[in-house]
Amino acid sequence: MEFEAVIGMELHVQLKTETKLFCSCRVEFGAPPNKNVCPVCLGMPGVLPVLNKKAVEHALRVAIALNCRINRESLFARKNYFYPDLPKGYQITQYTTPIGWNGWIDVNGKKIRIKRVHLEEESAKTVLEGDYAYIDFNRAGIPLVEIVTEPDLTSPGDAVQFVKTLQTLLRYLGVSDADMEKGQLRCEPNVSVRRRGEEKLGIRREIKNLNSIRSLERGIRYEIDQQIKILSSGGEVERATLLWDEKEEVTRPMRMKEEEEDYRYFPEPDLPPLLLTEDFIEEVKKTMPELPHERKERLIKEGLREYDADILTRDLERGRYYDEVVSLTSDPPETAKWVITELKEKFPPARELAWIINAVKEGKITRNAGKEILKEIIEKGKPAEEIVKEKGMTQVSDEEEIRKLVEQAFEMHPEEKERLFSGERKLVGFFIGEVMKLSGRRANPGVVKRMIEEMLG
Amino acid sequence: MEIVNLFGWEIKEKIERGEISEKEVFDAFYERASSSSLNTFITLAEWREEKKEGKLRGIPFGIKDNILVKGMKNTCGSRILHDFIAPYDATCIERLKKEGGVILGKTNMDEFAMGSSNEYSAFGPVKNPFDPERVPGGSSGGSAAAVANLEVPIALGSDTGGSVRQPAAFCGVFGLKPTYGRISRYGLVAFASSLDQIGIIARTVKDIALTLEVIAGYDPMDSTSSPEGVPPYSKIIEEPCGYKTLGVPEELISGCDEEILNAFQRTLEILQRLGHKIVRITLPHAKYYLPTYEIIAMAEASSNLARYDGVRYGLRVEGESAEEIIEKTRMRGFGPEVKRRIMVGTYVLSKGYREEYYGKAQRVRTIIKEELEEALREVDFIITPTAPFLPFKLGERKEDPIKMYLSDVFTVFANLAGLPAISIPGGRINGLPWGFQVTGRAWDEENLLTFAYHLEREGGWSLRQ
Repeated sequence: MEFEAVIGMELHVQLKTETKLFCSCRVEFGAPPNKNVCPVCLGMPGVLPVLNKKAVEHALRVAIALNCRINRESLFARKNYFYPDLPKGYQITQYTTPIGWNGWIDVNGKKIRIKRVHLEEESAKTVLEGDYAYIDFNRAGIPLVEIVTEPDLTSPGDAVQFVKTLQTLLRYLGVSDADMEKGQLRCEPNVSVRRRGEEKLGIRREIKNLNSIRSLERGIRYEIDQQIKILSSGGEVERATLLWDEKEEVTRPMRMKEEEEDYRYFPEPDLPPLLLTEDFIEEVKKTMPELPHERKERLIKEGLREYDADILTRDLERGRYYDEVVSLTSDPPETAKWVITELKEKFPPARELAWIINAVKEGKITRNAGKEILKEIIEKGKPAEEIVKEKGMTQVSDEEEIRKLVEQAFEMHPEEKERLFSGERKLVGFFIGEVMKLSGRRANPGVVKRMIEEMLG
Repeated sequence: MEIVNLFGWEIKEKIERGEISEKEVFDAFYERASSSSLNTFITLAEWREEKKEGKLRGIPFGIKDNILVKGMKNTCGSRILHDFIAPYDATCIERLKKEGGVILGKTNMDEFAMGSSNEYSAFGPVKNPFDPERVPGGSSGGSAAAVANLEVPIALGSDTGGSVRQPAAFCGVFGLKPTYGRISRYGLVAFASSLDQIGIIARTVKDIALTLEVIAGYDPMDSTSSPEGVPPYSKIIEEPCGYKTLGVPEELISGCDEEILNAFQRTLEILQRLGHKIVRITLPHAKYYLPTYEIIAMAEASSNLARYDGVRYGLRVEGESAEEIIEKTRMRGFGPEVKRRIMVGTYVLSKGYREEYYGKAQRVRTIIKEELEEALREVDFIITPTAPFLPFKLGERKEDPIKMYLSDVFTVFANLAGLPAISIPGGRINGLPWGFQVTGRAWDEENLLTFAYHLEREGGWSLRQ
């Protein structure tokens, strides 16, 4: 019997704001425990939340980029539950009215529907050590955007592509670094399996603790296999929340969901409704950066191959560097070639690479010399022109100078000269090589060839 | 006249004229408060030599123990916060101090402001200054009793459903609950966030006006505080009041004790004699005021009190797991009335019941608000007794929450609709104080206080002893 998987995704994205969602504590990765805390994010008696406008802007940017409908008026709500890392005993989130809803994202030509995009606060972090659990409140109150998809994904590979596409998008928007290993992006897929052709969805199970793309892929694959095994043997899948065990590569039940937990949502009375004015929305729309698909289209239009355009879209840092260099060379294909094939992690100043590309094009230096210079710039940080001068790498294109070198070569090889002049044209290549050697590889091969042919009459 | 008999504004003037010093004032009230047998204060402050000029120079304040004063204990009348030291000043405290106000101490209260008799304090009940066998009202019972007993000239309280006005009435003093959003709630420990408002208790309207003009106004730390301008109330109230139209909601007050009702009728007659107009108004939803209030207040409370879990501060009862610590701490830390309200609040928000209770209450609240605003378009003020009965005996209603909740029957509507209301002492019945409540339009404390001030001076309700 054939089965198919149906996967939906819930993602939490830490926003890259200066300060927390409801207080002015700094958002900082890797700070010593409980450094960035205040009465508000510690949930002291008497404190009140004050909404961070930048976080709203970021969330709105995400909602717009995901083609969502925007709620002009949205409410914050309290999600009530007890947990030591939840300082107030409730999380301020959005429930009935998320900032964005009913959107979609294109993942390699497939439309994945987005159910909702909303803003909420992060909890503190529990660190287990020996018999004790320690709580670090630096994380408490960091702004999060929660993104929920419809169950439009059908395979682990699908899920991976979706997350990668979203990661790229978030980085483009400048709202998050979306690093899974650092917990800046957390994915909780819910997986169900049904017999192919069946309409009704199977019982879904949620997987938590997937801390990398690799775990995401393996976790979903494992869960699909498990559910198929259960169903094929005539069993029934029970609703559950599962934890991925990265070492053993298995999922373990965290809690069985006989019934859903009751969070007793109600509107947050400490915050007035969030009103997004047309002006504010327009302002955010106007300042939207170029999105990945827009960028790729532009690069192709500018003359890049799709493959190159794709690389320069996915790797935003490289892509932005390319933009800078190409503005100085006006030669997209050539610039892309250099930026993609000749650079690894470290990028030299854009004007240096542009200088090399232009110098090669103008015949001032050879391509090989250019590569050598590039290496030196990256290693030593010297400007290209200085290296060229130091090493005497300037290409020789001066006709008189080259004519002299050709004559010198003829003198050195009288026999070959005879054969050349009596019509053995293939020896032109031999003499070009000789002249190059004599010039210390600085001669412009094109000019050398022309000079020899001229002398042959 | 003895220092403790002075009003707040008189103290300030005498200090400014050099007739008395801040220290003398502080000592006089400290002496009276520390030797009080009414259990009014939970913590008394120590004298700190720092002279500051300002509108409240040298005036001692009693602060309800749910308003944070940096460095002082803030118990909320609860065991769960018995050792909690406030790490910051509430915005209103910051403003008081800036204008030279002096903190005398933290006043006793019903646990987390839940109660109408002050019997639910973990630090013992407060006693009524007019009869120590009777309650002072609540939940700001410590504040009201302290002011009435001349232990402090002015006190701050909090009013979620009548917690400033009802004890003011029971203790025979003035008590104002301003418009919701008028005074920043930052630093007021939340009971029911959409209803809570800091209030002021004093023996003269002028002291209330003076305090209000200092502590009111927008606060960036409270997103529900209003940018509405704050006029100089203490000057404005001296201006002529004019003749007002007062509406009496008969169906609301019909269940009132007869002795109160009679006194109230006499009051209306005096008002008419002073030239004011009394009209009857209809509030068709009056019978829903109390249940609507209870559902909303308890729902919000169940969430607001979730932070007291023993993890970060306050009482902690150890256990084998985090869950057990939280459970045991709350079990031992909260008193019975708080537990009852958390239970009811949790219930009305639960799945399957939320719509039926909380959802419906929210919708009814909107109707109530509209109904009251409508009424206040036709009259200047709504007038009722503040409470339906006289101060009762300690223990009389403690075991019957429904009877206890009835104390709030005339006061909750001002909270539901966010309106300003003041309780004015109406004199004595059988030696016990009673009060009447005047409710005004939102943001119109100006007219409300002016009216009350003129009654105080011309109506024979002055508390000058």
